[in-house]
Formats: sequence, structure tokens, C-alpha cells
Amino acid sequence: MHILRSLLLSLLVAIAAALPARAADDAELTRLVDALGAGGFDDTSAQIAALAATGEPRVAAVLELLAGGDLYVKKDGGAVVAATRDGKGYRITDPLSGADLGTVDRSAVTKIKINNKLRGEIKSALGSLTLASTDPAARMTAAETMFKAADPESIATLDAAIAGEKDPAVTEKFAEARAAAVLASDAGEADKLAAIAILKERGDRDALALLRAAAAGEGAVAEAAATAAAHVAQVLSFWEAGQNVWYGLSLGSVLLLAAIGLAITFGVMGVINMAHGEMVMLGAYTTFVVQEAIRTSAPWLFDYSLFIALPLAFLVSGIVGMAIERGVLRFLYGRPLETLLATWGLSLIIQQAVRTVFGPTNREVGNPSWMSGAFDLGHLAITWNRLWIIIFALAVFAGLLAVMRRTAFGLQMRAVTQNRRMAGSMGIRTPWVDAFTFALGSGIAGIAGVALSQIDNVSPNLGQGYIIDSFMVVVFGGVGNLWGTLVGAMTLGVLNKFVEPYAGAVLGKILVLVLIILFIQKRPRGLFALKGRAVEA
Amino acid sequence: MTAKTISSRLAAALLAGSVFSGAFAASALAEDTIKVGILHSLSGTMAISETTLKDAMLMLIEEQNKKGGVLGKQLEAVVVDPASDWPLFAEKARELISKDKVSAVFGCWTSVSRKSVLPVFEELNSILFYPVQYEGEESSRNVFYTGAAPNQQAVPAVDYLMAEGVERWVLAGTDYVYPRTTNKILETYLKQKGVAEADIMINYTPFGHSDWQSIVADIKKFGSAGKKTAVVSTINGDANVPFYKELANQGIKAEDIPVVAFSVGEEELAGIDTAPLVGHLAAWNYFMSGDSEANATFIDQWHAFIKDDKRVTNDPMEAHYIGFNMWVKAVEKAGTTDADAVIDALVGVSVPNLSGGYSAMMPNHHITKPVLIGEVQADGQFETVWETPGLVVGDEWSDYLEGSKDLISDWRAPLSCGNFNVATGKCGGAAK
Repeated sequence: MHILRSLLLSLLVAIAAALPARAADDAELTRLVDALGAGGFDDTSAQIAALAATGEPRVAAVLELLAGGDLYVKKDGGAVVAATRDGKGYRITDPLSGADLGTVDRSAVTKIKINNKLRGEIKSALGSLTLASTDPAARMTAAETMFKAADPESIATLDAAIAGEKDPAVTEKFAEARAAAVLASDAGEADKLAAIAILKERGDRDALALLRAAAAGEGAVAEAAATAAAHVAQVLSFWEAGQNVWYGLSLGSVLLLAAIGLAITFGVMGVINMAHGEMVMLGAYTTFVVQEAIRTSAPWLFDYSLFIALPLAFLVSGIVGMAIERGVLRFLYGRPLETLLATWGLSLIIQQAVRTVFGPTNREVGNPSWMSGAFDLGHLAITWNRLWIIIFALAVFAGLLAVMRRTAFGLQMRAVTQNRRMAGSMGIRTPWVDAFTFALGSGIAGIAGVALSQIDNVSPNLGQGYIIDSFMVVVFGGVGNLWGTLVGAMTLGVLNKFVEPYAGAVLGKILVLVLIILFIQKRPRGLFALKGRAVEA
Repeated sequence: MTAKTISSRLAAALLAGSVFSGAFAASALAEDTIKVGILHSLSGTMAISETTLKDAMLMLIEEQNKKGGVLGKQLEAVVVDPASDWPLFAEKARELISKDKVSAVFGCWTSVSRKSVLPVFEELNSILFYPVQYEGEESSRNVFYTGAAPNQQAVPAVDYLMAEGVERWVLAGTDYVYPRTTNKILETYLKQKGVAEADIMINYTPFGHSDWQSIVADIKKFGSAGKKTAVVSTINGDANVPFYKELANQGIKAEDIPVVAFSVGEEELAGIDTAPLVGHLAAWNYFMSGDSEANATFIDQWHAFIKDDKRVTNDPMEAHYIGFNMWVKAVEKAGTTDADAVIDALVGVSVPNLSGGYSAMMPNHHITKPVLIGEVQADGQFETVWETPGLVVGDEWSDYLEGSKDLISDWRAPLSCGNFNVATGKCGGAAK
């Protein structure tokens, strides 16, 4: 049995090695490619397999084109071509050689349709074709695809690949893919036990699924798989708790961003500003306008769009905030109920104005490349946009703290809020300090909008979703205290994410709200209450 | 009266003022017109979806007027703004019927707004065309449902995925009546098909949910159990964009865990970069990418009317297209705009739909439609990958819910009943 298997194995290796040598001639390849144009999804599936079986490296490019939806059939003659939009028509090229075939009218070609299943098949076909790619990243991807496929027939190919591989990281991936395939095959006990050890080392969810499947059987292999699975599951549950903390911090940073401007306008000035969310929304729309301008006039600047949008959003929201303070709020100081109604009315006006100018539908704000995707930290998947938002929120917080503590304006601001009359007597122009403080709070809301445009809808309703949460954070953290806002936001974020898995998102929100109400009963001034004369002022 | 309604009315009045100034000038010339009510939110949360339908209706009415109107009279649109405020929907509906004397109303989006206006239409005996896919379990003599019932969208979508080899199911939805009812139907359906309890995960989120990290991670975890997994999404409105963004960021590809959505169309995708979402699915009765002659004409008309050729068309717009043409045909058949006559004339009317066939109004006040499954493309459009071989009749009382499986609806005489119980032979088996 053993001899037979190794014989078979070496035979397979030999075939795999010989495959590229048996490169199909051009006519045969063209025939295979042209065949893609005919029939339904099932036919296309068979044709993909046939193409992949040639082992010809050029096939990879054709399959990539097919997966991207760029392959078309010429209605006249049925030849398969690669086509890209060119004005009203298409520019067509030969998919194998890349030779230019001129432009044709839109109606002269039909797209070759593919679906998810075919996309998956192309991916695994590409996996075996790109296993020998010169790019280590491509080999990694190929190994990952083959790991997911866990196809016993690929063991020989993988063995050959492992033998030829120099990069240790890629070798590890290959070994994992091989282990997955071995576990799915009818290999001997020793091989399978070795495979289980490799999968245990990998220790992620995919490995766990494979181990659990292997544990279903009987015998030594199943037992080893079960122990390994238990071990992996335990390690993963630790990571899961870590992941919850991470998600909580990330939600907390979003809350912090939304609330920090309010911590100024409501916390420091005591203005119940219901239009705060709209300042956030204006910031998000500023990002949209900036990106739109960049898309039409300077596409290469796109990755820097957020840096351009930040100061602009601060200015736009700040100016609107100052206009609100000068135009409406200054007449209403000391009348909280009227302030509440007036700002709420303003929020509706701003929303409807934006709806009239930009339309009621969502606007697309793109992620710059450095904010897209995720990376793995152990078994934690950390998305770049969340990481940047946490960093950004903390930076904004630190910046605001510095302004409050270290600048003359911050000093005046604190003086005015603590004792308006005294500050006035000292020669501080209190109305202007009010105006600039409100503008600062609004401007900060605006730059929060730039960050939130990366993870949320940019629609006229954007602000509404954050207004309640913002007030909750400020009240919970302690009105008038920036540190309270930081701790409050992070606590609520983490709390929310620990409750959510057990109670669900809807009940989780309610539970957190109830907890806050109970907390406020106990400590009406929030986490960090201001003490001393400032409170009575 | 609360502060909220006062200011939302103020906003509505301001807006209505600006909308009307144009419409009135045109209609002052025509002395005798037939009035058509449009009841879609132009402000508030639902404006995002409903404003487009208002524009689509204005376009349809304009086109009909170019053709000479109906019964020799010009049509006149009466637009009101219920401002996404459900009780206000009922007030505005009453205003349209009693004060403006409209012959029919086209409107509503959410189920709760429909439930809010339903008694008004029944009391004042008028006609409402409702263009959005909904949960079923309702039948009214005065309402014509031109959107999909669950059997015209949800059930075929699940069938398609099952044929693709999906064995584990995540039913994710926003927490309100449409997703809850649809998921209840789907759960029963899946279990009947032999799916185990452990292979179904149900998750609800609040309206406008924006932090999807844990839920997407849960879905990923649920999907890594070794069986092919799919997400059936009844997530509504604004929550979709952050959901899809999170899916893309966490690297969930359609080949691994496809998401099939019932509330995401071309319009919703317009706010997202769809390149990472290629292959995720949606089930509708119409896609803008459909290559019928009627569709091409409709899209051209739409672009000319809205003066922006980047605007997309979507399924509820097609529903209004069908509903409006049915109404025109029925009025011409009845020779009058009298509600009773038109209601009777509507049943059996058949008009072209935009996917190249015909849709007919059935006795249960639902229409026949093809069901299409489309995959998201990088350009924000859907490509049809599967469609029902024929037309599907809307089934208002689901066969998969206890308490409604014995009910049928037939508004023709002599039965003329919206909830006839075939088991007991009585009308009103489970009146709602």
C-alpha cells in the first residue's frame, strides 16, 4: 500500500513537473479560449477546468480577465477578446497575446457572464497556476486558496512547490495547505498526525474547522484532532476577548470623535446644541466635495484627500458654528429650553439645505488606499480604517487638550466659563470668546465628520445617528471635563461590545442605556464631576 | 402637539411651497384635470429612498400627459411631504383624498407608513399603489401591491443559494416588521428543506446601525465551520453602507460568504465603492442592467427628466411604472375615475414591465413578476445570474406561516374577501 502510494505520488510529481513542458500550442490555446464564449455557467465551468489543465502560464492572464469581467465574445465570428470601455465603444485586444484589435461598437460584443461559483473556480485554478509565480505575495495567495480548497489531488503539486521554495514564510503556507489536503485525503495515520500538528500550529478558525471535521471520525487521528481542536478553540476564545476590547476601543473612538466637539459646546459652554450632529454631517460633505474635486481634476492626489479635507471641514463647520452663535444663540443664553428648540430647528434647516443641494441619496466617499483592508495581529484582524480612526481620535483629543491648557485662547475660554463677570472685568471680550469657543466645538465636529465619512453613510441624516450618543457620552463622562469625555466614550464603547455578543445589538443598546440611567442616578454629575466654584457659576 | 410635529410640518410646508410653485403654474391652464396624489417622504430619514419615487411619478405623469392624458383630460400631480413621520402619512393621505380629491395615490415606502394610511384609504374608499417589496400578511380592497411579496423575492433567492450549495444561513435584518416577518417565513422554509437549527443564525440590529465590527466578525466565525455559508440580508436603508464597508474591510469575499440582500438596489449602491463587493447578490424583480427595449426607453426618459445621466433606476421605480400604467389602463377601461369602478377594472389588467414581459394584476391585488437574482458588479450595477423561468404570482398570505397558510385573498365578486380561510370556508379567518 505504502509503496503503491509513493509510486503514485512520484508519478503525479512527474506529471506536474512535465505539465509546463507539454505547453499546448497556440492554436489549441486559442481554441480553448474561444470556447469560453459559448454555453451557460456549467459549460464555462468545464472550459475553465480545461484551460487550467493546460498548465500554460499565459492562461492565468486570461482567467484573471475572465474573473474581472473583461472578456467579451465578438458577435461576428464568436472570437473571445479582452475589452475595455473606450468612449462609446470598446477597445478590444487578444486575450492571449495582448495584440490590439482596434475598437468596436458596444453592440458588437457581449460580455461573458460569470457568477460567484465560477469566480471561486477561477481562483482555485489560478492558485495552482500561480504557485510558481516569481512574486512571493502571489505564491502566498495561491497557498491560501489551496488551503481553502483542501483538495487531496493537490498534494503532489504542493510537495513539488515546497521542494522548490526558498522563502520560509511561503514554505509555511505551503505546508499548511498541504496539511489541509492531507487531512482530506486517505493518507496514513503518521501523515495525518503530522498534518494535525501543523494545523494546530496555525490555530485559526479555518484550521479549527478542518480539525473539527477530522475529529468526527474514530481512531488515533480523530483523538489527536479533537485534542488539537480543543486547544485551538481555547486559544481562540482568549483572542476573542481581545477582539472585543479592540472593537470596543474602536467604537469608543468613534463616540469620542462625535462627542468631543459637544464636550466643548455643551460641556464647557453649557449650550444644548441639537445641531451638533449636523456640524459632523457638514464635515463629511466637505470630504465628499474635496474628493469630487480631486477625482475630476487631480486623481493622483486621492490618497491625500483626507488631509486636504481636514482643515476645510474645520473651517466650514467652524464658520457655520460661529454664524449660529452670532446669529441665534447669543440671544438665548440662559434660556436652555429655547436654545434646545432653536438649535433643533436649525438642525432641520441644515439637513434640508444639504438635501436640496446634494440630493437625498448617499454620496460616495472613498477610502484612500492606506485606510483600506486589514492586517492580522496574532488572530486579531485589525482593519486599517479603524486603527487610523482610533489614532486620529486620540490626536484630536490631545490637540484640544493642548489648546485648552496651553494657549491664551484656552485660558480665556476657561476664565469665561468659570466666572463670566470676573473675566469681563479683566478685559476679556466675553462675547467673542463665546463665539470662538462655539466655532471651535463646531469645527472639531467638522473634522470628526471627515473621519466618520470613512465608515458611515454620507447622507443628510448622518448627524442624527450620533447626536444621542454624543450627549450620552458627555453626560456620562461628566459635563465640562474633557478627560471625562475620553473615559466615558471608551467605557461605553467597550461596554457595548461586551454586551452585544450576549444580548444582540438591539437589546445591548437598551441595556447600556439603562446602565447609564442607573449610573446617573448614583452620580448625577457623571464620572468626573467638576468640583469647586466652577460648578456653582 | 409635540415640538417634533410642529417643526416637521414647518419643514414640510417650506418644502412643499418650493415644490408646488412649478406645478401650479402649469396646471392653472388646464381647467378640468384628473388629480393623482404622490405620498412620498421628501424630508426626514426616508427621503433618501422616497424622493426618487416622487420624481419617477412626476416623470410618468408628464409622459402620460404628452400622450394626451387619460379620458381626454390632463393629469395633475399633487405632491405632499409626509416627512418620514408615520402619523403624518395618515393626515396627508386624508388631505389628498378629502381636500384635493385625488383619483388615486401612489406612495409609502416603509410598512409602518402603509399600515398608518391603510384605514384612511378604506374609510374614504380611495386607491393606493404601494411600490415596495414587503412582508405580505395583508390584503386590502383599496391597496394595490406592485412591489414583491416574500414569495417573489426572498424564497426564490434562498432557492438559488441552496442550488449553489449553501448549507449554513445567517438571517440578518433591521429590527422591524418586514425583516422579522420575512425571516420567520425563511426560517420555516429552511427547516422544511431540512436545514438544522444550528445552521441558522438570526441577527437583528437597530435602524441606522453603524458599528458592524462584532456582527461581521460573528458572521465570519459562523461561516468558518466548514460548510458553505450565505447571509440573507434584510438590513434596511442607511445601515447597509457601513455593513458593506465592514464586509469589504474584514475581507469577506462573495466567493466565501455571499450576501444576498432584499433592500439593496442600484440606488443604495450609488453610495459605496463596489469594487470589493463584486459577486454579492440581490434579489429583485427588475435590474437597471436588463436589456429590454422598454427598459432602455425608460432609462433614457429618466435621465432626460432628472437632467443627470448618472442617476440610476431601481425596482420600486419599475413598480410605480407598472402600477401607474395599470391605473391608466383601468381608468380607460372603466371610463371613469370612480374608485369602485377602477378597483374592479384593475383586476386582470396586464401591462408591459421593464424586464421585457407583461405583468398582470391578480384578484388578490398583487401582480405577477419575474424574479431575478443579480450579482454586484464593479460599476455599481447588477448582472442577472439567474431568473425564474416564468412569472411568479404575489402570495399575500405566506404558506410558511402558521395562521396564514390557509388564507387566500380574492377581491372579485362574489367572494370579495381579503382573508378567506379555505379550511373553515369563512371570510375573516385571521383578520388583521
